[in-house]
Amino acid sequence: MKDKSKVELAVGVFVVAGIAALLMLSLKVSNLSGVSTSDGYSLQADFENVGGLKVRAPVMMAGVRIGEVSKIVLNTQTYEASVMLTLAKQYNQLPKDTSAAIFTSGLLGEQYIALEAGGEEIVLKAGDKIQLSQSAMVLEQVLGQFIFGKASGDE
Amino acid sequence: MMNSLLSWLQHVGQRTMKSAVRMGRGHIFLWHTLMAMGALKKEFSSLIKQLYEVGVLSSQLIVVSGLTVGMVLGLQGYNTLVDFGAEDALGQMVALSLVREMGPVITALLFAGRAGSALTAEIGLMKVTEQIPAMEMMAVDPYKKVIAPRFVAGIISMPFLAAMFSAVGVFGGYLVGVGMLGVDDGAFWSQMSSKVDLYADILNGVIKSVIFGIVAVWIAVYEGFNAVPTTAGVSRATTRTVVHTAFAVLGLDFILTALMFGGA
Repeated sequence: MKDKSKVELAVGVFVVAGIAALLMLSLKVSNLSGVSTSDGYSLQADFENVGGLKVRAPVMMAGVRIGEVSKIVLNTQTYEASVMLTLAKQYNQLPKDTSAAIFTSGLLGEQYIALEAGGEEIVLKAGDKIQLSQSAMVLEQVLGQFIFGKASGDE
Repeated sequence: MMNSLLSWLQHVGQRTMKSAVRMGRGHIFLWHTLMAMGALKKEFSSLIKQLYEVGVLSSQLIVVSGLTVGMVLGLQGYNTLVDFGAEDALGQMVALSLVREMGPVITALLFAGRAGSALTAEIGLMKVTEQIPAMEMMAVDPYKKVIAPRFVAGIISMPFLAAMFSAVGVFGGYLVGVGMLGVDDGAFWSQMSSKVDLYADILNGVIKSVIFGIVAVWIAVYEGFNAVPTTAGVSRATTRTVVHTAFAVLGLDFILTALMFGGA
């Protein structure tokens, strides 16, 4: 009988250790503890060029993650990319003239959307469109401009 | 010329039919096992005992292997990443390789060597010593009494073992990366948690380990149950368990990886 309870104890320890490892993986290793956007609200922003922006890329304001990109489609009327942003519910007081820009974290890092608050009193509601936007910096274009500028400067 | 071609074709046909028969037998065996699952309530103490044999006794091997694999990943990853000044991404690299691939695959291979071979040998020897025919004589269903508890214990153990492997491996990578090589402590964890996704990475890793667990333990109990009841037969069955599990797991891993991570 004593031997049997020892076996049961060992199995109990094994199962608890397995669950603890799974919990550690999901809490510490994954991004579960980030901003929950499941009950958030969405905004739209149009960009001339989104560069390498991907769905689920972070949306930041003043360096704080407040949401993520939920959808990127091409607007066939204006031929601009229209990006749907899902923001967490507690950040629902962004001014109407908030501007959106696509930045890169680090030189070669992933791209994210940075929002900058404006001064209006009216706030953006769910489904509204952000009017001011700045496209992604495409490295090849910048290099091209730089080389072109250099060449024309030499004349 | 014509004759040798014909005999070659005949040989191919023979091999194909043989493997089809084996596959069919394996699936009938799986069906019987699944049908015998209902009796697990009565066999609960036997399930606990098998969890101990299959899971608890394997965990020592899994933890030690996970630690060393994580440490090696930390060391090798650092050497590559430091050339690009990206050694802060070490945590991300170690965690993703462990959770997505190394954890489930290496755990399944070790599981086949540690627990699978033992299951095959045990069931095979039960056949040699005529315990299984004796059970059938007494109208005791060996599927319910012998196979089902071992089968379920293996399937329950595998995801836990793989999770332990990955968690300990991340810790091993942390020891080498942060402790030995001087990667920044905060960057190690923050880069890791910003890039590892709960569903896409961790949940898929768990699904992989469950599938590998089913395959590994299925092969192990099938080979044991169908072993030729002689000394040589049991030894051959044990070898087949380890070899077939390795092939099946590595082949399945490619398919699962292509399905889970290939499209994006």
